Amino acid sequence: MGAASDEIVVKVRDLVVGFGDRTVLDGLSLDLRRGEVLGLVGGSGSGKSVLLRTIIGLISRRAGKVEVFGVDLAGVDDAERHATERRWGVLYQQGALFSSLSVAENVKFPMREYLDLPETLMTEVAMAKLEMVGLAPDDAEKLPSELSGGMVKRAALARALALDPEIVFLDEPTSGLDPITAGDFDSLIETLKSTLGLTVFMVTHDLDSLYTVCTRIAALADGRIVAEGPISAMLAAEHPWVKAYFHGKRAELGAGLPEETRIG
Amino acid sequence: MSAPLLSRSMSGQRVELSAVGSWTAAHAEEADRLVAAQAPETGFRSLVVNVAGVTALDTFGAWLIERLARSTAAPGGETEIVGVPERFRGLFAKVHEANREVPHARPRPGIVDRIANIFGRFEDDALSFLAVLGALGAALGRVAVRPRTFRLTSAVHHLDRVAWQAVPIILLITFLIGGIIAQQGIFHFRRFGADDYVVDLVGILILREIGVLIVAIMVAGRSGSSYTAEIGAMKMREEIDALRTMGLDPVEILILPRIVALVIGLPVLTFLGSMAALYGGELVAWLYGGMSPAVFLARLKQAISIMHFEVGMWKAPFMALVIGVVSCAEGLRVGGSAESLGLKTTTSVVKSIFLVIVLDGVFAVFFASIGM
Repeated sequence: MGAASDEIVVKVRDLVVGFGDRTVLDGLSLDLRRGEVLGLVGGSGSGKSVLLRTIIGLISRRAGKVEVFGVDLAGVDDAERHATERRWGVLYQQGALFSSLSVAENVKFPMREYLDLPETLMTEVAMAKLEMVGLAPDDAEKLPSELSGGMVKRAALARALALDPEIVFLDEPTSGLDPITAGDFDSLIETLKSTLGLTVFMVTHDLDSLYTVCTRIAALADGRIVAEGPISAMLAAEHPWVKAYFHGKRAELGAGLPEETRIG
Repeated sequence: MSAPLLSRSMSGQRVELSAVGSWTAAHAEEADRLVAAQAPETGFRSLVVNVAGVTALDTFGAWLIERLARSTAAPGGETEIVGVPERFRGLFAKVHEANREVPHARPRPGIVDRIANIFGRFEDDALSFLAVLGALGAALGRVAVRPRTFRLTSAVHHLDRVAWQAVPIILLITFLIGGIIAQQGIFHFRRFGADDYVVDLVGILILREIGVLIVAIMVAGRSGSSYTAEIGAMKMREEIDALRTMGLDPVEILILPRIVALVIGLPVLTFLGSMAALYGGELVAWLYGGMSPAVFLARLKQAISIMHFEVGMWKAPFMALVIGVVSCAEGLRVGGSAESLGLKTTTSVVKSIFLVIVLDGVFAVFFASIGM
């Protein structure tokens, strides 16, 4: 179910991104295919978040091409860019919930801006989304400052999914969550992927996520993708960083999972 | 993508509602109307919603179909959703669980509570002001016993920001105010042939009241607001808690140096500001009133005494203390949201300007009664 098709939704070619005299991404190329869950791994400071932010247009690039749904966002007018932005959802690392709005209002915000819907329907769908991500109805009226770290993540995911996007970009979705919640989160992504035909681009450090939900993994080191493929390809990769990552102590524990829980 | 449709068909005891087309966010408004138009079924026990013809579905559509099933259900019964394509099964299962529980409404305060709240807030304000003042006194006491613990670097840094960097703008504004007072004085006094008294007006008014008041209001807007914003942002990012758990006193580290910088900086700025205002007055008296600088200075010597200067200067450190304590107290009361940071910064400036003026009035009464 939900196997990746050949349609490429995000296409990155020879991307160069740098700040000042430092080059973070140097000739990076990567594809994201419809229906897959791509996990992007890399050391701290290797430019994972920079890549994500470049794809969604928050950081400008020096060279190369980034196409989302076949559209290069650098070369289009505002109307087309907004139309494209509507088709993706982003979960930021810190949640980035609007602190002056309640949780339910946060989820309703994109609906209000982009869709012309009756208030009751928006409320009901927002509540449904909140329940889908595992928040209680009573949490809906809370302000972001009243939520715990894990609840912020869930509320932010609900907001990212508010418009039923085709792609979701997740920046370390399971960091700061306890293992059980992180597992729930993984299965939630799995469900959403199969029901909505969601394509997921996930920056993560969580080996469990990599083993259980990611259909494909890309490893980022030295400013480019050094290994790409299912978990088996990662385990076989020769690059020293990838080797250290997937054959470290913690990875070996993860690899001890029973075979059927793995997807890769 | 085809628009959503809902049709009703009947076969014997069974009513079937068939949903076809694309039930997605883009068509949600139409779909919402279709669903709302369906009345609950009373006569028939077996009603089903058939979704086999749905071509595209997202959470909006799935929820609308789920709502249709719930609203058309006979009392006690449940409408079944049939013909669910395999790929939509998970989504229907998800929305089937949604909105079952009604959230508890948060109680909204009544009018009496709201009035009580205003007094409560006033009490809170006064208490937090006193709390910071008290904590400041305690920190000052500790530092007095062990002077080495005083954060000199920090105090000098803040002195640079609130005093040194404020010098140009303070000089400019007080210079202009001094000029305006002199111009108005000459303009109106000339009718009585009393232009010479403009020097008394400018000298006494500036040294006693206007100099210190303008500078204090400027500093409250310029530095008080930044104190509140800084401390508020630190509070939001748990930096204050971090200090506390390291066994350090935030008042001693963050607030004391800031207030010390203000208490030193404001009198200096007041002095500079008063001089600039007198200079402005003198210049206007010369260019506009035709009074030569030598005459102006000679009259000024007669008109004012050191006492007027002292009155103005005595007020400055107290005003600095009020501005510092209010802005730091408001900073510590910032909550978690960006909105509360803005609100507290506004409150801090409004409150410190208000208190500065009240304090000025209290001083006026005090100096009058001791004959200064």
